[in-house]
Amino acid sequence: MTQHTESTDVQAENKPGIIRVEGMHKWYGDFHVLKDLNLTIDQGERIVICGPSGSGKSTFIRCINRLEEHQQGKIIVDDVELTDDVRHIDSVRREVGMVFQHFNLFPHLTVLENCCLSPIWVRKVPRREAEAAAMEYLERVKIPDQANKYPGQLSGGQQQRVAIARALCMKPKIMLFDEPTSALDPEMIKEVLDVMIELAESGMTMICVTHEMGFAKTVADRVIFMDGGEIVEEAPPSEFFGNPREPRTQQFLQQILQH
Amino acid sequence: MTEPMMKPPKRNLGPVKWMRTHLFSNWYNSLLTLAVGYLLVTSVGPLLNWLILDATFLGNGPDDCVGAGACWLFVKQRLNFFIYGFYPDELQWRVDVMFALLAVAFVPQFIERFPGRKWLGIFGITGLPIIGYVLIPGGVLGLEEVGSSKWGGLMLTLILAYIGILASLPIGVLLALGRRSDMPIIRGLCVVFIEVWRAVPLITVLFMASVMLPLFLPDGVSFEKLVRALIGITLWQSAYMAEVIRGGLQAIPRGQYEAAGALGLGYWRKMGLVILPQALKLVIPGIVNTFISLFKDTTLVLIIGLFDILGAVQSTIADPAWQNVAIEGYVFVAFCFWVFCFGISRYSQNLERKLDTGHKT
Ligand SMILES: Nc1ncnc2c1ncn2[C@@H]1O[C@H](COP(=O)(O)OP(=O)(O)OP(=O)(O)O)[C@@H](O)[C@H]1O
Ligand SMILES: [Mg+2]
Repeated sequence: MTQHTESTDVQAENKPGIIRVEGMHKWYGDFHVLKDLNLTIDQGERIVICGPSGSGKSTFIRCINRLEEHQQGKIIVDDVELTDDVRHIDSVRREVGMVFQHFNLFPHLTVLENCCLSPIWVRKVPRREAEAAAMEYLERVKIPDQANKYPGQLSGGQQQRVAIARALCMKPKIMLFDEPTSALDPEMIKEVLDVMIELAESGMTMICVTHEMGFAKTVADRVIFMDGGEIVEEAPPSEFFGNPREPRTQQFLQQILQH
Repeated sequence: MTEPMMKPPKRNLGPVKWMRTHLFSNWYNSLLTLAVGYLLVTSVGPLLNWLILDATFLGNGPDDCVGAGACWLFVKQRLNFFIYGFYPDELQWRVDVMFALLAVAFVPQFIERFPGRKWLGIFGITGLPIIGYVLIPGGVLGLEEVGSSKWGGLMLTLILAYIGILASLPIGVLLALGRRSDMPIIRGLCVVFIEVWRAVPLITVLFMASVMLPLFLPDGVSFEKLVRALIGITLWQSAYMAEVIRGGLQAIPRGQYEAAGALGLGYWRKMGLVILPQALKLVIPGIVNTFISLFKDTTLVLIIGLFDILGAVQSTIADPAWQNVAIEGYVFVAFCFWVFCFGISRYSQNLERKLDTGHKT
């Protein structure tokens, strides 16, 4: 166990192509949601995905940990290809953490139990150790004092920070965020973004669907613009915001920056 | 911290004020209060007279029951039969041990801070049935064998209800999960099972179990009547339970399944650790409802010739030595059922309160 983590730590720095998406298509029934997506993400990269509502952003990142199934093309995460094989899915999910728009904490468990559940049952970490590690992550997201409360007793911003800590407790190599701040009141958005910025600075590979353009500008290595199930444009933030190539991107940015 | 804590204002009304707001707030409430009060006064008196004041408790036989009140002497003299059926007198200690263990395991569940009550509860659903399985029928460990045809009364009622409840919950959970499974074959089997069992009356199930099942079984394979009845009751009840639990499963938002999946929990852990604890908690009232109705439905075993408590009482009422004791008998049966069903209900309320973590996800 420890050996395994050590060895991954050694090769941790910028493994190229930790996520590879090749010619991926997805349909919901007859509806072609994702069309020929191609994307390679290196370890340590921070990607922000934006685009109009219904463009398939959520669907795309949910394919990366197989919460949704793709029908054509390849998705390879940390050298494991996502297929119907449950073992592949399990091993990918162990390495990929996800944070949802609506937090999805387990309401019947305390904050600490939420964080320890998966390390104990999936990673088989002894309870003591799991709790100690969870407390460290809760400190990192600045709510160690809430550890024994139930999610229902926390504010939205606190819940989302617990959700981030819970995902981190699995020591994932990759973190997926699906609009983590869009269900929050404005005053809580900052506390969650601060945690995410800190996480980005620590070198975590992140894919983040968000409309927080400030976050994209400060943190992202690349911004990806999706529309109609396609990747329309892909560029570093300076280029993306300063000098967008595609007309659809320009239109989207105009709309979003007016607010 | 330095500020003095402010207490919420007291909502304690004096007795006069309480009566004014609750009983006499306007003219029709006052009228209702008076009417109900009158009924209570006129009916409680005679009822008390019959139940206690004029009732006969002591004596040697039917001839002593001469008063206007109830003849509890009848219940007292036949109590042994009502509780143990035909279980031999000198072996009844074995049943008493089970009663005592039942009390040890479950009575503490009502006492909030009883040390180790969780473990007693776990014993109640694991060790207890195993001990009972050895002790009551006997025939092993040098215990004299007592065939199930000799079991009866309250003891039989409790055995039927206890095993029915204990077995139908897990089977119901599996059926409910199966019915929501992605695998068409499993889903189909569960749907058929549930819909078939739920659509037949328990009486029919019992008849089938006692009369028809032996015809289908291969030669040499036979179960006792009690076992057949138990299988019938359990399967029938599981179908109901499954639907109650499925209701709970459907109420869990998709995000919970996804979050559990995204954390790498496989199907059984996802269900066991995340979904079922929430779903079962949501449907505690429905589950308890099913338990209580099962408890009372066990009386139907009467028609296949098993003497549960109702059967035991009914057969004694017919005894010509005792005249006009039917009401006493039925009141006694009703009281026994009420005690247990009320106990189940109170326990479930405790449980709901304890499990309430103040969320509405
Ligand atoms: N389970 C589903 N079945 C059928 N269609 C779906 C399903 N989920 C999503 N869709 C459709 O797929 C398209 C993409 O949805 P998706 O949720 O990925 O969009 P999005 O880019 O995340 O939008 P938003 O910004 O509103 O979250 C939408 O048109 C949506 O209606
Ligand atoms: Mg979305």
